[in-house]
Amino acid sequence: MKTEANSQTEGAGSRARTVLTTVAAFISLAGLADAIYLSVVAMTGEAAACGGSAGCFEVLGSPYARIAGVPVAFLGVWGYFAAFAFAIFAGFGYKRALGLFALTVGAMFAMTLWLLYVQAFVLHAFCRYCLFSAAFTFLLAGLVVAGLPPRASEGEE
Amino acid sequence: MKRYLPLSIVAAAGLLALGAGTMLYQAKRPIVLSIPRNSIAPETAGAEPVHVRGEVNAPVTLEEFGDFQCPPCGKLAGPTKQLEEAYGSQLRVIFRQFPLPVKVHAHAQEAALASEAAGLQGCFWEMHDLLYREQDGWSKAADARALFRGYAGMLGLDLDRFEKDMDGSEARERVASDQKRGDALGVHSTPTVFINDRQIPAPVAVAGLRSAINAALKPQPPR
Repeated sequence: MKTEANSQTEGAGSRARTVLTTVAAFISLAGLADAIYLSVVAMTGEAAACGGSAGCFEVLGSPYARIAGVPVAFLGVWGYFAAFAFAIFAGFGYKRALGLFALTVGAMFAMTLWLLYVQAFVLHAFCRYCLFSAAFTFLLAGLVVAGLPPRASEGEE
Repeated sequence: MKRYLPLSIVAAAGLLALGAGTMLYQAKRPIVLSIPRNSIAPETAGAEPVHVRGEVNAPVTLEEFGDFQCPPCGKLAGPTKQLEEAYGSQLRVIFRQFPLPVKVHAHAQEAALASEAAGLQGCFWEMHDLLYREQDGWSKAADARALFRGYAGMLGLDLDRFEKDMDGSEARERVASDQKRGDALGVHSTPTVFINDRQIPAPVAVAGLRSAINAALKPQPPR
């Protein structure tokens, strides 16, 4: 039998979870917008908004910007959209979505680390839109660490 | 009802993202001309084969001597493309390299070589358009060549070949050939434009080009 104190703790935890998933959804949307812009750049060659910085063109024009001919930004679009979808479902109480969210963000985090390494140590150039994307992924990873993944004590819905 | 709410939110966001991406793509995609591009004109007296966009037998020929780092040339590039669209098969455009000296435009020569190197891979006009579009960026860059390499990557060119061609004799000779023709015609500034071999007085404006094209298209009265 649950005590009143336990119920209050669960209620507070649920509210915190809702806030975190909402924040995660908004960050994912921002990342999605960034990834869509980079995808359009990859498809059209348009890069005026890069401000003409050498770094942007060096990064976006490098062979590392594509995997088997597919722009890396496309993967970003799918990644951020998946993160958004899982965050929304998690916010509505689908606890399995939390695990999928953490898994997606983990994969995106690993990819981001690789891309940062390439920019810093291989190309010696940085693309600001790629750095925005890295920042969004780090924020999402921070949320995962902060408590979005399902606790062992919690059951599945 | 609540059961379908998250699905509805995700579907709405997906549709919104798809719509925004499509609109952005439509707004930024390069204009695709319906007329043949990058065709090579027959050799004319004293001139090497040049970069031609449009019908080879078009009644009006616009020949531009341009410098990729010259701001007025950059401003003229967009309207020239609009003229090509407006006049269709009646107008062909020839681009001639006329990079001003390094003292005037530090990266003009390199930009000309970059466009020729792209041309050797069949993408002269794509690089031409990109160089003018991004003129503000690379003109001020300390290492413009790195940017040109980036542009080549964006266009999907073979980067090793692009680098070699930029330093190679073929690109250099193409630029020199156009400059030789410009010198022979008395060109000393950019942009210098000829419509059917008649020079358009500087400063070159779109209105002036349009009226010169219209005049060239009018049937000549019998003498």
